[in-house]
Amino acid sequence: MPTSVITANLLTKEYKGFAAVDGISFDVAPGESFGLLGPNGAGKSTTMRMVGAVSTRTSGELSILGLDPNEHGPEVRSQLGVVPQSDNLDMELRVRDNLIVYGRYFGIPRSEVGKKADALLEFAQLSDRAKSKVDDLSGGMKRRLTIARALINDPRILLLDEPTTGLDPQARHILWDRLFRLKEQGTTLLLTTHYMDEAEQLCDRLVVVDKGSIMAEGSPASLIKKYSTREVLEVRFGSERNAQVAEQIAGIGERIEVLPDRLLIYSDNGEAELARITAAGLEPMTSLVRRSSLEDVFLRLTGRSLIE
Amino acid sequence: MSIGQRSGAAATPAFDASASATTPAEAKELAMVGGVKPRRYGSWYVAEHRIRSMRSYLQTIVATSIGNPLVYLFALGVGLASLIDTNLGPTGFNGISYLAFVAPALLCTAAVTVAAEESTYPMMMGFKWNPIFYGMNAAPITGNQIVNGMVISILARIIPTCAIYFVVMLLFGAVASPWGALGILVASLTGISVGLVIMSYTSRIEEDKGQMAMIMRFGITPMFLFSGTFFSLGQMPIYLQWIGWISPLWHGTELGRVLSYGASEPTWLTVLHIAYPLALCWFGWKATQRVVTRRLNK
Ligand SMILES: Nc1ncnc2c1ncn2[C@@H]1O[C@H](COP(=O)(O)OP(=O)(O)OP(=O)(O)O)[C@@H](O)[C@H]1O
Ligand SMILES: [Mg+2]
Repeated sequence: MPTSVITANLLTKEYKGFAAVDGISFDVAPGESFGLLGPNGAGKSTTMRMVGAVSTRTSGELSILGLDPNEHGPEVRSQLGVVPQSDNLDMELRVRDNLIVYGRYFGIPRSEVGKKADALLEFAQLSDRAKSKVDDLSGGMKRRLTIARALINDPRILLLDEPTTGLDPQARHILWDRLFRLKEQGTTLLLTTHYMDEAEQLCDRLVVVDKGSIMAEGSPASLIKKYSTREVLEVRFGSERNAQVAEQIAGIGERIEVLPDRLLIYSDNGEAELARITAAGLEPMTSLVRRSSLEDVFLRLTGRSLIE
Repeated sequence: MSIGQRSGAAATPAFDASASATTPAEAKELAMVGGVKPRRYGSWYVAEHRIRSMRSYLQTIVATSIGNPLVYLFALGVGLASLIDTNLGPTGFNGISYLAFVAPALLCTAAVTVAAEESTYPMMMGFKWNPIFYGMNAAPITGNQIVNGMVISILARIIPTCAIYFVVMLLFGAVASPWGALGILVASLTGISVGLVIMSYTSRIEEDKGQMAMIMRFGITPMFLFSGTFFSLGQMPIYLQWIGWISPLWHGTELGRVLSYGASEPTWLTVLHIAYPLALCWFGWKATQRVVTRRLNK
């Protein structure tokens, strides 16, 4: 029976009386991949900084590997790999040197750190850029370098704050692939994202956070099952007519959400609902049946979209 | 696939540290062990990092630290000195040659220049444009260690600069006594005391509104001009002399003169020349540590 590697209990961070993180509680098991999913300003990064033992909590309890980060900051951080929301690579150093100086911070001997840097450059598919200036790397490459840097100390826990925000789809997929491998190797991942597909891909379990509080917790599948239907029918009648049509078709499906540009009809059988709409004499401009996603869970829980 | 592989153990899978392999008690123990070296040597790791960055402008560093003393000693010591000495006689300037008089001041000035350079931009950059301090702090390094490491790296530039300067002074025959060699340490202390005072300010700067230029214009430059550098403080009007009294450059220069050619002054003043820059160091150091630690803890 493995005990948690991260335990947060009523964890709170206030900035001048404003609670950025407002009493959240969660546990992360060893080897688990745990996500914080939430919109801008939800308090994800603030939580990550507290777990990363660089930001002092205002109240609540926090234990990382059985240690309180308030007392054992350096000890806790010696076991973490941190990928911050915005890269803080050293632009004045070359790619490989960035890994070397970072490795030294963990006390890795000079004789070892070079080999480690080379292995990580390979892992991050940056071997051919070892001598490049960091500034000359693309956004995706910088992100991969930041992840490689976070791995220099063989971390037991990897903290990833929006690892793929701002990357193009191809770069994201490369990154996901790398993170999968780490997961397979048993690294505990704590990651934040506001992409539901990323959360679905990478997280064993996640919490939906909004305004500093946890709205729901579970595996992606269980959250979808609990808070949404199997399928969603999306129909568009034009932005003026959507709201009016929604009233006409009330009763179709389990639930209807009216978004500015489309209607979402929640049902276990989207095609059947579409047939009922057309039978009622309404002709949507476009229609689409898809599976429910975490986006729908979020919409249900907060009445808002995840990405504004 | 070889990520995270420990050296030599080619077949071990990546991430020996994979969490499932150890009990919670072992994990905690590993963390306690992992903190030992960073806690002990963290300041040196920071200095190592900074010195590696200095390599990118190593050529400039070497060129200026050799070129500067040559140019200054030649211009002031040979050019200006010959003018002054011709008028006043070879020992007419307070009983010694002008070159011997001005050399300790130039040595301290060189140290202060390097310190000012390394304690302004690198300090501000570390939080803002090249925010490496946050990266260090996400690793096991503390705010205090970051400051210590910066100080060590600045000293690593100041001391060789002063040593080279001193050698050039010797070549120009500007040092009368073997005690003059201690001037290297005096100048380094002067430099780092100025550096630490500057750091206690630059570490606070959140936005660049031209503060760097202000430090140079209203701090460093007047200090160079009014610290008894080119003529004795006593020759200045009394209402300007206070600049010298609070200027570490004046204290360093005067002490350098005592060592280099036995300039005479009361013992209490000599003690003050050492105590004052040390006090500035302590103040600047503690203040900077406090600011850096606070800024990192967001
Ligand atoms: N240092 C700080 N001082 C004051 N307020 C802060 C500070 N850091 C964060 N906040 C506030 O706390 C709230 C949560 O911020 P946080 O960065 O944790 O959100 P987030 O979930 O990471 O958002 P995003 O998706 O935009 O990164 C925001 O309202 C933010 O303005
Ligand atoms: Mg964030």
